[in-house]
Parts: sequence; C-alpha cells; structure tokens
Amino acid sequence: MKRDRELLYDLLVVRSVEQEIARRYSEQQMRCPTHLCIGQEATAVGVCAALRPEDVVFSGHRSHGHYLAKGGDLTAMLAELYGRGSGCSAGKGGSMHLVDLSVGFLGAVPIVGSTIPMAVGAALGFLLQKLPRVSVVFFGDAAVEEGVTWESIDFALLERLPVVFVCENNLYSVQTPLSARQPAGRTIAQVAAGHGVETESVDGNDVFAVQRAARAAVDRARAGGGPTFLELATYRHLEHVGPNEDVSLGYRSAEEVEAWRARCPVEHATRVLLERGELDASELDELRRRILRDVRHALELARDAPEAQGSLLSDVFASTVSPIDGDQR
Amino acid sequence: MPQMNMVQAINDALRIAMKRDDRVVVMGEDVGRVGGVFRVTAGLFDEFGDERVIDTPLSEGGIIGAAAGMALYGMVPIPEIQFSDFIWPAYDQIVSEVAKYRYRSGGEYPCKMVIRTPVGGGIRGGHYHSQHPEAQFIHVAGLKVVCPSNPYDAKGLLLASIEDPDPVLFFEPKRIYRAAKGDVPEGAFTVDLESAQVVREGGDVTIVTYGAMLYECLDAAEKVAGEGVECDVIDLRTLWPIDVTTLTESVKKTGRVVIVHEAPKTCGFGSELVSLICEKVFYHLQAPPKRVTGFDTPFPYTLEMEYLPLSHRIVPAVLETARA
Repeated sequence: MKRDRELLYDLLVVRSVEQEIARRYSEQQMRCPTHLCIGQEATAVGVCAALRPEDVVFSGHRSHGHYLAKGGDLTAMLAELYGRGSGCSAGKGGSMHLVDLSVGFLGAVPIVGSTIPMAVGAALGFLLQKLPRVSVVFFGDAAVEEGVTWESIDFALLERLPVVFVCENNLYSVQTPLSARQPAGRTIAQVAAGHGVETESVDGNDVFAVQRAARAAVDRARAGGGPTFLELATYRHLEHVGPNEDVSLGYRSAEEVEAWRARCPVEHATRVLLERGELDASELDELRRRILRDVRHALELARDAPEAQGSLLSDVFASTVSPIDGDQR
Repeated sequence: MPQMNMVQAINDALRIAMKRDDRVVVMGEDVGRVGGVFRVTAGLFDEFGDERVIDTPLSEGGIIGAAAGMALYGMVPIPEIQFSDFIWPAYDQIVSEVAKYRYRSGGEYPCKMVIRTPVGGGIRGGHYHSQHPEAQFIHVAGLKVVCPSNPYDAKGLLLASIEDPDPVLFFEPKRIYRAAKGDVPEGAFTVDLESAQVVREGGDVTIVTYGAMLYECLDAAEKVAGEGVECDVIDLRTLWPIDVTTLTESVKKTGRVVIVHEAPKTCGFGSELVSLICEKVFYHLQAPPKRVTGFDTPFPYTLEMEYLPLSHRIVPAVLETARA
C-alpha cells in the first residue's frame, strides 16, 4: 500500500510525462503512434500501488501509466518512444510495445484482449511454482468484446488463479462509444459477475478508492481466493492516438469532455490532500516543479541516446541465426 | 476524369456497390459513424444507414463469423479488419469456414464476401500495425487474395471482388492510401481478377511485385536503366489466383527474375513465385531467381526503413541478376 501522498506524487509524474510527450510529439522525433493516458492516471497508479515489486502487470496500447506505475524506468520508456537502442524494448517496439521484466512489466501488446490469457498463464505459473505472486492485466472496455477474455476468465476461475482483471472503462473504442458496441441495459461488471468472477465497480478517477479495491483483490488472490474483476470508470481527455484534443471530431460532446475533466483524477487527489492539510500549495508547486525538471531531464537523456541501429536481425532466436541471414540483405 | 487517391477510390467503389445492390453490407470496428480509422468508409453511414454500415463490437472472430452467416444467407458482406495485424482472432473463421464452405457443400453454398484490410509498413506502427500476411491466406485453398497498387486498380479490383462469387481478401497498402493518386473513371468498372499488369517494359530482367512496393520497384527500374539494364516490372494485382501467363511470358523473354515483397522471405509469397517459375519456365532461366523482401524478423519500429525492400536494396539485386 502506498500512502496517499505517494499516490499523488505518482499521479503527478504520469500526468507530467504524458503532457511533456504531447508537447514534444510534434517535433517529429518520436515517430511511433502514441496513445496517451491523460485522464486515466488513477487506474494505473491505484492498482499498481497495491502490488509488490515481484507481482506482474500486462497491458495494452495505452500503457505508459501502467509501465511507470509498476516501477518502469522513465528514461528507458522515453528512449523507446524515440526509437533509441537504450529503450526498454531496444527501440524495436515504440510506445505500444513496452516490456520490462526487471520490474514485472511483462508487456504491452496493442492487439486488444491479447494479453488477458497471458496474465492468466502467468498466474497459473505462480500457483504451480508456489510463488506468492499476483498477476494483473489492464484492458479497456472493448476487450470484453473479444471471446478470449471470457475464455481466460473461465479458466482463471476454474483454477482459482491469483489474477486481477482490471477493465479501464473509458467509454470509447477508438471513437466508437460503448453504446454502439455493447447491448444497453447492462454493465460490464454485470457481465463479469454473470461469469461468476468476484467483481467490483469503482470510480477509476479516485485513486484512493482504486487502491483500496485493488488491495482487496490482490490480497484475495494472494491468499488463494482466486481472481477478481475490477471495472474502473474513467475517461481519456485527448484523442485516441496522438497528442491533441479531439472534440472537433464530433464523436463526443464538449459537455461530456468537460464533465469528465471536472472529475480529473489528478485534481481529485490534489484537492483531497490539500483539504486534509497533508500538503500545502507551496509544497505542491515545489513537487510539480521538481517532477517537471526530472521528466525534462529524462526526455533529454532519451532523445540524445544513440539510435537503434544494426540490430535488425538480432534477438529473433536465442542464439542461432537464420540459415539464410547471409543473403537477406 | 476525376483524380482520386486510394482511400477515395475504395470509398467510391463501396458506394457504387451499395447503391446498386441492397445485399451489400459494410461492417467492422469504427467503420460507421467514424468512417473507419483511415476514413475509407467515410460518408457511407450517413448515406446508407446503420443497417447497411454496421459498427461492430471489437471482435474480429465475431465480425468474420457473422459475415459468413450473412453470406450463406445470400447477403454480400464487406467486413473490414482494422489492421491486417488484427486479423488473427478471425483466422479460424476465415480458414475453417469462409474458405471451405463452397467445397464442403459440393459447390452449393458459396461464402461470398470481401474482407477489406489495410496492410503493410511505412507508418512506424511497429510489430502490430505493419505486417503483410498474404502468404498465410494464399496458402489456404478457397480464398482469393488481391492487393492493388493504385487508385484505378483499387476501385476496379474492389468492384470485381464484390461481383466475384468467391470470398476475397482485399489487402489495401496503407502506406500509399493517400500518396498514390491518379485518374479514376466515374461510375462502375472492373479490373479483372487474375490479371497482372506489366507496368514498365524491358528485356533484361523481370521484376515481380505488388502493393506499395511497386513504386520502389519502378524507382529501382529507372535507376538500373541508367546502367543499361531494362526491366519488365509486373504488378500482380491479384495474388491468388495468379496470372501465370503474364509472369511466365515475361520470364521467357528476360530469363532473369527478381521478386519483391514486404513480408518476410522464408515461406513468403516469393517462395511460391520462384517455384512456379522453376516449374514452368526453368529452361529459360539464365540466372538464379532472386527475392528482395522483408527480413525473417518481427516487424521493427525504428528499423522499418531497413526492414522494407526499398529501392536501394532492389537496385543491386537487379544488377546482380542481370550480370549473373
């Protein structure tokens, strides 16, 4: 568990990183398609705060927050976006393909739903090896439309696996709203509960509530109580992919975006701590300044690192090379 | 004649097909109100409504399976898979159902549909937004596989695919969605499936390609012409069933062949092309056939210009083949 002040710090870091990426994206040096999590920071921070370093996390295309909250290295993540050899995926992946086993971030894959069975498999591995670890998978509201999600949940239930399914419901798949993709009159949590998995719906923009719910789920999983499904209500402030706002596209209203901005997870946590007197305005300013300085420093280190070069054919296999490598070029 | 890019030409073909045949239904992730992530289906939702332009759940297997059921009941579904890298959850439906229905029903129940999907590299999408998986589908008997290189062909081939009685997988090279422009006739016309096109003529080396790599091959052909090597450049357009005659007639003339495609080399479509050429015109060959392709690696993000078989890799291959 993290103290509330630590949670706020983590939220501020993720927000600052995403804002700085957005600010620099137009410099055309980060060239990969990039899905920012501004507005959704509390799901990543709250859930990961309930984890131990040896627990593992899987994610999808919008993974920066998950990676950072799990303890990922900021410079390595930014270097990956810049396509540098020092990136956490050696510059071969980009924003959507972060992976760092050293912090238990077993991988982001932008094929929606595809990491859900992997998280179940990791949990099965922990159970068989009698390791007291928990596996967590983050996915969006559209992932529940893939069949493999429910196949995975069934298996996790059957084997009482230590896995937590975290559905970040931000109401949109690309630009298509939930109402156009899923039947009316039922929630995702109801569907999950119908499968028999312990389910909880939480305000995903309240980092404290998210941590509480995640902690309960993680404790249960670790104690042999099986999987939990968390539906976290949240909202992405910017466009599906890229650094811009997107109200002009017309698929969601300015009023809707404003209403959700008023429920900003970073502002919520800030307000709570200020009201409680656990933080004052000058401390907050100092905190923000320090974070921004660190983020900018990491950005510069990442940008100035050497490009990934000459490594195209490496790491396809452990040690052997393709028999035709010699005449591939 | 209007100028169009690939996106506009494909959109035009879809509109024409939907206007003249009520059975034609477009379906897929974000294809309706949004008009598709590449805007290929823009405007169709407003024109034809939500019963003919269907925003589906994010469920590739469900999309293709549902399309198969519609097709068996006499409709003409045109499902879109948002990126061809996302097609694998639907592979079971495509391989096990769509490709086999005609055969297993003794010819009685065709599973006529056109699966449209953006393909290939060039947008820095990395591992899962860049691949070119045609070989995995050509290998499955019962599917036709098309990959246009320009707006005229895109419209004509798509309309031909929609008219065709069999299931067609229609790969749209996203790298040239907007970059490739050209004159496209108004109204309906078709480009015959199974018709390759000789885009440039020359007697020394045959270059065989399709999709976005056509432009790299044409650039390479221009460069080697400066060194006195003249190339036939063949755009296959339909990958399967293949226009064998155009291929073999050219190789008979030149005796030398270079095959260019984005997908990895091993068991890529180039392997089949080399086999066909060896089986049919082996004694006309004057040099070993050569393949310039993507590498036998996952598709990389920053290294994509190294990975793709661009002109600078085609030129030496052609010269080597010409002088072998």
